[in-house]
Order: sequence, then structure tokens, then C-alpha cells
Amino acid sequence: MRKVAIIGAGPAGIEAASILARNGIQVSLFEKSETPLKNLQDKAFLFPNFQAAQEIVDDLSGKLLADGITSVFGVEITDVRWQGTEWKLTDIKGQTYVTDSVLIATGYQVFDAHRKEELGYGIYKGVITSLDMEQMIKHGKITNANGDEPKRVTFLQCVGSRDEKSGNHYCSKICCVTAVKQAIEVRKQLPKCDSSVFYMDLRMWGQGFEEMYRTAQEKYGVSFVRGRISEAAATFDGRVQLKSEDTLMGLPLKMTTDLLVLMVGMEPSCGTKLLGKSCDVNGDYGFIKTVNPHLYDNETSRPGLFAAGTCKRPMSISDSINDARSAALAIQEYLDSLKNEN
Amino acid sequence: MANRFWNEYQKTIADDHYFYERSCIRQTFFPGSETAFLRMLREELNKDIFDDFRQHTCTGIGYHTDLVPLETTMTVVARLFSLMTEHGYENYVPSCVTSFGVFTEMVHMWQEHPELLDKTRENLYKACKREFNIPKNIAHPSDVIYHFRFELAEKMKYRLVNRFTGKPLKVVEHIGCHYAKIFPDKGVGKAEFPYVLAGMIEAWGGEVVDYPERRHCCGFGFRQYLVQENRGYSVSNTKKKLESMEPYEPDFIVSNCPGCSMFLDRWQYTIAEMEHKTYDREGYGIPVLTYEEMAGLLLGYNPWELGLQIHQVQSERLLDKIGISYDPKEKYKAADGRILRAPEKPENLLV
Repeated sequence: MRKVAIIGAGPAGIEAASILARNGIQVSLFEKSETPLKNLQDKAFLFPNFQAAQEIVDDLSGKLLADGITSVFGVEITDVRWQGTEWKLTDIKGQTYVTDSVLIATGYQVFDAHRKEELGYGIYKGVITSLDMEQMIKHGKITNANGDEPKRVTFLQCVGSRDEKSGNHYCSKICCVTAVKQAIEVRKQLPKCDSSVFYMDLRMWGQGFEEMYRTAQEKYGVSFVRGRISEAAATFDGRVQLKSEDTLMGLPLKMTTDLLVLMVGMEPSCGTKLLGKSCDVNGDYGFIKTVNPHLYDNETSRPGLFAAGTCKRPMSISDSINDARSAALAIQEYLDSLKNEN
Repeated sequence: MANRFWNEYQKTIADDHYFYERSCIRQTFFPGSETAFLRMLREELNKDIFDDFRQHTCTGIGYHTDLVPLETTMTVVARLFSLMTEHGYENYVPSCVTSFGVFTEMVHMWQEHPELLDKTRENLYKACKREFNIPKNIAHPSDVIYHFRFELAEKMKYRLVNRFTGKPLKVVEHIGCHYAKIFPDKGVGKAEFPYVLAGMIEAWGGEVVDYPERRHCCGFGFRQYLVQENRGYSVSNTKKKLESMEPYEPDFIVSNCPGCSMFLDRWQYTIAEMEHKTYDREGYGIPVLTYEEMAGLLLGYNPWELGLQIHQVQSERLLDKIGISYDPKEKYKAADGRILRAPEKPENLLV
């Protein structure tokens, strides 16, 4: 029986494992955390249909129970090498595993907002990230720095994305629609609270996204301001003063808010960067480089080594799952080709 | 919490053997500050610092107002470096923040465009037959004081503590734009959370006031003041800062830039005259000190020798809070012992 090692138990890793196992392939799924789907479990609702993230977690977790999948949690794979006839994986403790093929699905990590120090994250309590807001939404308790109900919540797009200063020139793709989703949630949970979004341009690329953006304005009264926030500072009463430019009005803008939510972008995870380097398939910014983004987007330059999901570039959960299905097919074809050679 | 960031960004500051370059304007605005700096280095820290009487302008104000061409500025800077080279020094310490910015910028341009360096060497030689080395280290005097803040603290007679309440004094620190906003990595703490003055304040017992307009312009901004028609804009910027810091009731402001110290101080008089408004509770204004004055006071130097009487906002109330003794009769005593006539008192800013 052919063997495949999948590194990373996020949506992409689990979906690929499930498909490969259903097709009779022996899958070993390695995850450095003690539990799968860590990033997904931080989320409350998913755009654009506001489906509870827990439903997706439950569905994907159920797939892990399928025959043919051996899940290994709490083990970090630090090295992947081709041994002439098979791939050898080494974990952080030095234990080795051999396999016919490897799928890298090590995913992303969010941009560390401390790096944008002018925005005051980690300094002022009223400055939080989109992850912090997601937790508040999930627990139904959106509060300001003093623990009170906020009167105004302001979202800032492109924190650590499309940003020369932080070194990330790329778009993280999901932040625009996430901010719209969270701004709607704020209005749903706190109807008296102002909710506004500062943006460069809103990239509503997916099905239902543009409609959601329109609904945010028409039904929920979310306001959208085109401009980047240059500076955040605490006020005497513990709120947050923002400075920006309203580029549609052509005017400088100064306002005070109770919560500033930084829409942090995606960066390759530490594991993605490590394995990309180890396997010599690291691309721009440390994401995994594939052979051809149009025709062979799961294949790397190393035969038998594949990649799926956000280890390649920012993408949504649904895109990650679709990408994993595509990767499973590519791996299956590769394994079949080995069979034919033998 | 902010210290986490402030402390992450440090810069290299030489330990000894400095060539000091004086400022064009500081000796007029704060006549005791440069002397106090030299005294601290030599007498308190036993450091070697050379003060050349032949030094001259760096062209800073002319350069930033487009009156002096770049080539001229480079040649003038090169002459100053040639004085340093002639005396065998490698660590350059310019008194003025704008000079610090100019020197850092010229060296950066020479590194990026070696042909400009060749041309400057040629121009300098043609003009005055001099040659120069680029300094190994350029540090602002506030960097040097920051570097030795703990050594100085051991010698200080006073701390930044209100002797009546026992609480730390609340200090607004303001960094000159040309210190770290041109080249953030050349400033301690970089541009967003500069630590050079905050480090001194904390080491000497005070508490830094983090107020919303902390990074805002002091009001000088070169063209805001130098172009006469713009001066209302200059005052309004200073007013914005003062309004922002007012609720925190700071005990004093400290700055490392001659322009900032000057305008944060003098415009308090102007605003008091224009709007009958002061930014402390009692109507005396918020004292503005240079970092040398702050350090000198804590070391026990005579406030009048430091030149505090030259400031617009008078400092006796601050001296009383710290517990510094002073002789009011000597406030306007000249170096030759004559008692000078006291200046006229303003109508709206109490003295």
C-alpha cells in the first residue's frame, strides 16, 4: 500500500487526508499542535453566509476518524528529504518516518500587529486585532478597554498586507470581507454602536461578498472610509485617537474610537518557512512555491512533494479545501505513475 | 508596555573621545545647555570631548528651506569633519538635532553615491585645501546622556520626584523630527516610540506622559515659522500639542531639539496673549527644559548658570517641587557680577 505523509492538520491537510484515505492510500497526518484546526477554531462565523465555524470544525474533525488515517499530534516535522527511493521526514526529536509522497499543508500565521507600532497594538488596550474581535463575537461580548459596551468600533484594513514598511507587498485576500463580516456582527450584537471600516480599496472577489458589503451599508449602517490610519494613540479617558486621511474627501481626519480593530493579514507559518527552506521550495515571502500557478499549482519542483492551502498564499477556508482536493488528485496520479513504473 | 518597543531599538553610541560641534541657535536660546553638557562629560563622567573654536554652521536651516544647495551643504559638512579629523577624533557629537540629521543624511548619501563623496572631497580641497574622514560614530548629545544615564543618576543630588507628594514628576518628552524621523534606525527607540529622553526620565525617577499628540510637530516645522505668513500655523500646531497634554497636568516638558524647546516655550506666551489661555492650572504655563538643563538641575548645577531665567515660562515652581535650592536675587546676575534689570512681566502668563 502506498504511503503519503501530510504535514499540517488544518482544513487543507484534513481534507486531502480524507480523500486519499478513501482511495486506499495510507495517510500519516502530522500536526505540531496538540489539536487539529487551530486557526479555524479561533473563528466565530464564516463569510459570506455567517455559518458557524464550529460546524466546519466538526465536519472536518469527523473526517479524521476515517480508516487509513493515522493522526500524530504534538509532533513538529522539521526536515523533509528525498532519499533516492522514498521521502524521509524527521521530527523535532529526531524520530524519522518514510513515505512515498509528502503534502505540505502547514498553513499560515497571522501578521504580528506589534510590528506596526504606530498603531499601538500591545500598548493601548483599545487596540485589538481581528482575531481578538473574532473571539469577542464568538462569546457574544464585545467590550472596550474598560470592559464596557463600546459606542464606536473602527476597523482598519491591510495591517501587514500591501504594506512596504512591514515587507509584505501582497494582499492577504480575506481581510476585506472579514472586516465587513465583523462590522455587521458588531451592529447585530450592539445596535447602538457605530461601526466603520478604513480601507484602501475593498476587494470583494468571492460569490456573495459584494452583496454582503452592500448589506453592511444599507441594512446595518456600517460606514466605509477610504484611507489608511497613520497613527493611534490613547486619549486621557482611555479611548483611542486615530489620525487618517479621507482620500475621497481629500481631507485629513482625526477621530476617537472605543475599539480599533486591526485586520491582520496572513503570513506563512513558521513551519511553512522551515519546510520550504528544508525542501528548497520556498517562494516569495516564505510561502511554498509551486511549479505553475495555472496548470500545476499543487506540484513543487521536487517530484513527490506537493503543497496545498495557505502555505502557498493567502486563501479562504473554502478555497483551501478545494485546493486540498486538487492536491489529493495530483498525489493520486503521482502514486499511480510510481505503480506503472514498477 | 511601550517600553517593550522602546527598548528593542538601540543604536551604537561611542563610549569616549568625542568631537563636539556646537549649535548656531542653542547658545542664544539656552545659553547654559552646551556648557553644562561639556561639564557633565568632563567632570562627572571623566570623558574626553573636544570643543573646537573654529567650528561653524552646518547650513541646516538654510538647507531645509532650500536656500543652500546640496553641494554647498556637503562641502560645509566636510569642513566640519575635517576639523574633527585634524584633531584625531572619530566620534562626532553635534549639539543640534537638525545638524545631527544633516550629518547623518550627508554620510548616507555619500555611502549610497560615492561619486558625491569624491566631488565633496574635491570641492573642500579647492575651497580650503583640507581633507576629512567620515566619522565612525555620529551621536546626538542626548544619545550620549542617555548612554550614561545610570552613571549620571549615581551622581545626582535630586530625582524627578515631587517632594511634596512623593510621586514621580509627570514629564512630557518631545523629540525633534530630525533626530529619528529621517533615519529611524539612527535614533534610540526609532521614530514611533523614541526612548532617548524617556529613558533619561525613567532612570531619574520621573514618569513619561504618553498623550495623543505626542508625535505631533512642536510648531516650528521650519516653513511654518520661517515664512512669516505661516506663523499662525506654527502657533496652532503648538496649541494642538499643549491642549492634548493639558489633561495629564505635566510638571514640565523636555526636548532634545532647539526649535522644539524654543517654540513649545515661547508660544505659551503668545497663546496666553492671544487667548488668555495657559495650560497649567495656576496660569504659570508648563516649563520647557532641554535635556542638559534637566540633567544639570538634578546634578545640582545652579539653575541660573544653566540659563533657566532666559526661558519664557519660568521654572521656580518646578525647582520647588524637586526641592532644588536657588537664590532669587541671583536670577539676573551677569557673569561679571552685575545685577541686570529684570525683564518686563507678561500680562497673561504669570511669572
